[in-house]
Amino acid sequence: MSNERTIPHFPRVGALVLRFAPLAPLSLAGASLAASLGRRHPRLFSRLGEQAGKKFLIDPIDLPFVFLLAPRTGSPGLRALRRGEAGVWDARIAGPLAAMLGMVHGVFDGDALFFSRDLIIEGDTGAVLALRNAIDNEEIDLTREAVAMLGPLESMAANPVRQLAALVGRWSGVAVTRIEREWPE
Amino acid sequence: MSAGRTLELICPAGTPAAFRAAIDAGAHAVYCGFDDETNARNFPGLNFSRDEMAEAIKYAGRHGAKTLIAINTFPRAGASRLWSSAVDDAMRLGADAVILADLGLLDYASRRHPALRLHLSVQAAAANADAIAFYARSFGVKRVVLPRVLTVQEIAAINRDIEIETEVFIFGGLCVMAEGRCSLSSYATGKSPNMNGACSPASHVVYREEGGELVSRLGGFAIHRVAAGQAAPYPTLCKGCFQAGDYRGHVFEDPASLDAASLIPALAKAGVTALKIEGRQRSRAYTEAVVRSFRRALDAHAEGRPIPASELRDLTEGQQTTSGAYRKTWR
Repeated sequence: MSNERTIPHFPRVGALVLRFAPLAPLSLAGASLAASLGRRHPRLFSRLGEQAGKKFLIDPIDLPFVFLLAPRTGSPGLRALRRGEAGVWDARIAGPLAAMLGMVHGVFDGDALFFSRDLIIEGDTGAVLALRNAIDNEEIDLTREAVAMLGPLESMAANPVRQLAALVGRWSGVAVTRIEREWPE
Repeated sequence: MSAGRTLELICPAGTPAAFRAAIDAGAHAVYCGFDDETNARNFPGLNFSRDEMAEAIKYAGRHGAKTLIAINTFPRAGASRLWSSAVDDAMRLGADAVILADLGLLDYASRRHPALRLHLSVQAAAANADAIAFYARSFGVKRVVLPRVLTVQEIAAINRDIEIETEVFIFGGLCVMAEGRCSLSSYATGKSPNMNGACSPASHVVYREEGGELVSRLGGFAIHRVAAGQAAPYPTLCKGCFQAGDYRGHVFEDPASLDAASLIPALAKAGVTALKIEGRQRSRAYTEAVVRSFRRALDAHAEGRPIPASELRDLTEGQQTTSGAYRKTWR
């Protein structure tokens, strides 16, 4: 991690195209991802404690939609919604998509993103802290989680998807997978 | 430059993942706390269950590192069992030391578990040789974490007069009030950092973007109004921005973080045993980056090489660093 960090933004042309894309498939994928996370990472929910009942508005400011995350134990949900149609939420976390992926994948520190104003939080600060700490502790790799949703095809798809993700990461500068730590000799 | 004395690197961990990151990045010891009010970083989603602590201690042991458990808040009247149980569990789980601040708890630990190594927390604010000698003589304390109000010269003077080890902060958030005695957060929230374990508890913090400015409120009091593009601080009153007459600015201290990497040779010469990194509330990304950087610096010092330049400013509060009280340039 070095000084003068720059966080890439999602390309404007891509965001413009996504503005006209239907959100139902994204919501469907989000629901599957949330359910899969619930099964594969039960400690995520135990660490959230009473905050698991809260609703989080995840707002990637460089995309034309937001996500409403309800990490309730047993029936977690994740829905994609048009900005402004999210309804009631307890806490809002906003920032470039790359900043959020970087936090999940252990590249960026949430407090540092807050200090630099790359990350905005509103609403229930306790809920935001609990979510940040619970996700950080789980060392989640969203690419691996996506592959796990393929069921019987998981083992066949794992390597090509990881290679593709690494390529996209190098090209875009976005942490699309979890960084593997260097283990000591 | 001649080879220097090897210093111990004490690193923070708020979660098991951060604990492993600290060990893997080269920590000699990791300090952490149970998931309750017994430690001074009692934030939502943070800290260790008893089972997680047991696993962490085993992980550290396998990698030749130590685990120090912070039980460094002050027991509330009528609830002291929570704190004494934490000490009992630290002993049972095999902690290498506990970091305590309260006199009663030190007395309990020294009597009930004479084999348990005791460190005196910075929260005890022991800032002179006589106070430190009292803790060593009365409870068998083996190490004192010095308050962040002393110069390097004062630390050297203390080390000349005491017979136990000293540990000092080398990086991270600054809390320059006499530690363990600050009531600013208690005043605004009704919750005590020293007893409930959270300065500016998240449940009392509200952020709002107002016309491009970030407004932070603590317990209903607006304490910061930061313009767009300016670095934001933690929502603590000590770093609040206030208006008094024609003056508008920071009254107690500026939002800046300690980075005393360049003082490692001087601190070693002053007789310090261990250097501590603050930040149990931070992510594993912070832990990994800061621990790796300081392990490199300590190795360079031990081998007589110059201390490498720090690249950690992005991680700091206020995005600026200071050597704090170690160099009291205002004197």
